[in-house]
Formats: sequence, C-alpha cells, structure tokens
Amino acid sequence: MLESYLKNRLKERQILLMTHIVMGYPSFETSFRLIEAMVRAGVDLMELQIPFSEPVADGPVILHANQKALSAGATVQQCLDMAQTAAKTFEIPFLFMSYYNILFKYGVERFTGEMAQRGLSGAIVPDLPPEEGADYLSAMNMYNLSPIFIFSPTTSDARMKMLASHARGFVYCVARKGVTGLDTRFSEQLEAYLDRCRRATSLPLALGFGVKDKADVDFLKGKADIAVIGTQTIRLMEQEGVESVGSFIAGLR
Amino acid sequence: MIDRGYYNGFGGAFIPEILVATFDELEDTFRKAKNDPAFWQEYAALMSNYSCRPTPLTFAENLTRHFGGPRIYIKREDLNHTGAHKANNVMGQGLLVRRMGKTRVIAETGAGQHGVATATMAAKFGFKCTIYMGEVDVERQRPNVFWMERLGAEVVPVREGSRILKDAINEAFRDWVANMDNTHYVLGTACGPHPFPEMVSYFQSIIGQEARRQILEQEHQLPVRVYACVGGGSNALGIFNGFMKDPVELVGVEAGGRGLDTGQHASRLCAKDASVGVAQGYKTYFLQNADGQMQETHSVAAGLDYVGVSPILAQLKESGRVRFEAATDTEVVEALSLTIRTEGVIPALESSHAFAQAFKEAPRLSSEDCIIINQSGRGDKDIFTIADAFGDPKWQEFIIGKAEKYHA
Repeated sequence: MLESYLKNRLKERQILLMTHIVMGYPSFETSFRLIEAMVRAGVDLMELQIPFSEPVADGPVILHANQKALSAGATVQQCLDMAQTAAKTFEIPFLFMSYYNILFKYGVERFTGEMAQRGLSGAIVPDLPPEEGADYLSAMNMYNLSPIFIFSPTTSDARMKMLASHARGFVYCVARKGVTGLDTRFSEQLEAYLDRCRRATSLPLALGFGVKDKADVDFLKGKADIAVIGTQTIRLMEQEGVESVGSFIAGLR
Repeated sequence: MIDRGYYNGFGGAFIPEILVATFDELEDTFRKAKNDPAFWQEYAALMSNYSCRPTPLTFAENLTRHFGGPRIYIKREDLNHTGAHKANNVMGQGLLVRRMGKTRVIAETGAGQHGVATATMAAKFGFKCTIYMGEVDVERQRPNVFWMERLGAEVVPVREGSRILKDAINEAFRDWVANMDNTHYVLGTACGPHPFPEMVSYFQSIIGQEARRQILEQEHQLPVRVYACVGGGSNALGIFNGFMKDPVELVGVEAGGRGLDTGQHASRLCAKDASVGVAQGYKTYFLQNADGQMQETHSVAAGLDYVGVSPILAQLKESGRVRFEAATDTEVVEALSLTIRTEGVIPALESSHAFAQAFKEAPRLSSEDCIIINQSGRGDKDIFTIADAFGDPKWQEFIIGKAEKYHA
C-alpha cells in the first residue's frame, strides 16, 4: 500500500521528501501548523514522533524537543488523536516514529490496532530489531501496516537481506554513524553504500541523517528515492518560526 | 547475535541497527574469553596484583555482639583499588578492549566510583577515556570528578533529562554510535543490552567465589543469608553468584529513599510504582508512568539512583531465588553511623543499604548461624555526601572557612 503509493509518486518526481516532527513540541497546536505548512510545501510523507524520555538514537536537537514536549505534558493519547486528525485532513501518508517502550506499554497489538483505525500507514521503531520484534511484526502484518526497518553503513549484506525480508513500504538508510542532526559528508562513499542498499531490496530507499539543504537533496537524486529532512526543520522552526519551514521545504526540490 | 541474553523473558538486546555489528564483535570477544581458561587466570592475577584481591572477609565481632544474633561477616569490596567493586568489572572489560584492539573507552557514572575506576583502567592500559556524568551528580561528587580528570579522563556533565545516571547512559550510547570503530563502552552495571548483564556479572562473580571459600575456611559452614545493595545490581549478582546453588537466602536491598509510598525512591523490585518495560536496550522492571516515560528517582546514594535493574535480578525476583527489600535514607544513615562507631569500617552509602537490612533481621536469627554483608564500596571518599547526610555542623564550618580562603 505504502510501497505502491511511493512508487507511483516516483513516476512524477525524481525524489520524494519525508519530513519529521516531534508531536507536542513546542505545543500540539504548533505541531499541527507545522504539518499543514509541510504538506502545503509538497512533502510526500511524514514521520510523527511520539516523544519518549530516553530517545537514545536522537541527537541534541530532537532529544531536546522530546524533553520539552514531555515537560509540557504531552501524552501518548494526545499523539494518537493528533495523528488521526492529520491523517484525516491531509492526503499524504503518515508514519509513527517512536521507541519500543511506547508501543510495549500501550500493548503492541492494541497500539497497531489504533494506528490502523486512525489512518496511519506504518511505523519506525529504531530500537526494535526484527529479532526482538516478533509480536510487532505479526501485528503490523495483521493490520496491513508497514514496519519500516533501518540499514546502516555497518550493516552486512547478509543482514540487509534479512532486514529487507521483514520490511514493507520502504527502507530507511542511515547515512552515517552517530545520532540524528550531525553533519553528513555527501560523498562517493555514500553512493557506494546506497548501491549496496539497492542490491538488498526492491523497496524504495529513504536516506536520512544530515540532509539539510537543496544541494544535499540534489546529490541524492537518482541515488535514493526519498530524502529525509529531520533535525533541520526543528532548528528552523526554533529560529525563524513555522512559516519559514514551508518556504524552506518548497525550495528543496 | 544468536544468543540474545534472555532471563525468563527479561533482558534481550534492543539496539539500534548502527550498533548491531559492534555488539556482535563484543559478544564474540567475550564468548571466546569466557571459554578460554587462561583468560580468567589472567583476570584474577591482574586483580590480585593491582587491586588487593582476594579482598578480606572481615568478622564483625562488635556488631555481632551488639545484635546478639548470628555471626556477622563483611566482604570487603571497599578495599579494592579505587574503593569499590566497580574495579572488578572495569579491569575485566579493559582486558577485552585490549583483545578487540580498541584504543578509547567511554563510561557513564552515577556516584563517580565507576567513572574513577574506568579512568584508572584507561590510564593503566593507555586508552583514551571520556566519562559521562549527570550534572546533578557532578555537583554532589566533585572529589570523584577531580580524580577522573587527574587520571586523564575527560568528564562530560550531562545536562539532558533528569541529569542523573540514566541520562549519562543515554549520552554514552550517543557517543558510542558515532565512535564504535575505536571505542568500547564500559557499562558499569549488569544492565543494558546483552551481553552486558552476563559479562558484568561474570567479572563480578569473583566476589562470590572468594566469599564462599572464605566463609567455609573461617566458619566451616555456609551463611544463612547474604545481603547486598541493589542499584543496577552488579555487586549483588557478584556475591550472590557464589551461593546460587547453596541453601543460602539471598537478600537484595534497594534504595527506599524517603519511603516506598512517597514516590521518592529508586525501588524497582519492591515498589508498586515499577512495571516491566524496554529502555536503554533491555527489558526489565522500570520506574515509569502509564505511557512508558521514565520517572525521576531519589536516593541518598547516587549509585543506587537508577530507573532500571539488572534483568538477571528481575528473573531472580520472579523465581523467588532472591528476596528483595528496601531501606530508607534515614535507616541507611543510622546503619552507617552504627557501623563506623562499632566496627571502625566505613561503608559507602550504597553499601549501607545492605547493612541496614541485615541489622533489621539480625536480632531474629540464631547465634549458631552466620551471615555475610557485601560492603561494595568505601564511604570515606564520599566525605561531602556523608557529612551532609549526617548534617555535621563542624564540617559545614570547615567548608565555609575553606570557601572564604578561596575568595580572599
């Protein structure tokens, strides 16, 4: 479902854009305005992060956003409600991004049921490798949702094949070591890595971690299918407000 | 990784993809070392030469007389180099780092003991070293920060989250995912993703091996109970491992803080506030809310101030093999005071939790029997914290005077 949407979209566009927000940061109202601005600016799909107190894979900017959202009182229930409104209001697919404890505490099957009912397309759970995710995988399959898995430059070819066998929708390729939001060198090395990813799966490839301007997106055209803009829009919103995020995204492609 | 380190459903390895290859390498290196009889010999020889092992099992004659119950023995992990059982784990992991050919180590620290031990190991083995420490802990453990820096380590104060041990662990993971090619993360307790719980318990089991041999030599019988404090759980697992197959009751003592019903404690296995969850790479009991967000914890002892607990202890709780209790800050300070005056040994505030529980139970036990308390660390180097816990007015005068001299 998500896979065919992306493949159809790729017939019209050289590269797709996926953006990210932390729900409830700085408030749910602003989060919704951000989604609206991003959709208007033409993003093709979005990650909605449910804040968690221990976001180990995230760098300082997103970590800070998680903590601010939680200290402002953000709850999982509010995030589910907001995601539902977004999915009803806008045409593009929405994914949840969070850490496994959020799903685990809610009940994995119950959580995936809510996702389906509220119109989400899939989820990215960076601390849940497929070896630990049997319950999650069967629940996601049952509700026809896409579990998004991650490739990294340190992932072996054999492991990429294994991950691809569980993945649906697309594969999220992490550009480099480290956490979100640090600089990435868009180099030949990255190209070779993306080639390796391409050989492991027929699913579209998203590239994330460090994509921050039009030059980065241009570099990825023909090499990846989706450019992921994460930390950069949070920085921009913090510095220049929601309005600037829309024009930034519109200028990326 | 084929074996994912489950203990009856607790544990596992919930790690981001970028670290999978690093954990595979660590698991492989540890497995080979564990299966190599020469490795344990190398480890024991190093600990004997560098860290006063075997540490004594001290007969506490005066405390025994004071309670009129069982003969009380104290396992003296405080006599390790750097003053705590943390040295055991750190030197063991140092040997593994050398086998892996890595050149830099990082660690989290709460009370500072693990940070100082890691910095010592790094100095000895010639590794670069970075220590992550919550800002709150940096403030309350300045002397340990001083020593880490003298030992050549970089100490990074963590300003995120609740700024204590769990936040330091998160920051260490963030460093590791960027630098794993040359860096090993020396996790300080029997928590975190597999193989850390197994590996840390393995190195700490040297405590229990010695204690069992020593009590049989001195008493010609096994103890009826063994007491240890439980933060992450490494000193407890270390001593318990020696008696796991014996008819010995094992008692783990958590930080009761201001009381289990106040919400201000760090008790994951005794308090009703805790539930099973997955964070920091493993599944265990966490102090968390209904959404799965980790809660603030409190203890007079920084080393016990942690939201999670070893998955191995979570299993031992459910199987009933280990009994868990909690001691409050007040009980702990009383037990510490009594131990210092009566026996002339100075346990750390962490270790004093084990003493407090043993003292509650000792009067009801037979004088024919014996018990062991694990003194996991020494308290004299935590003089700032302990002086505050006692509210010592002369100490306060001294500090004020000292500060005035610095201002002059």
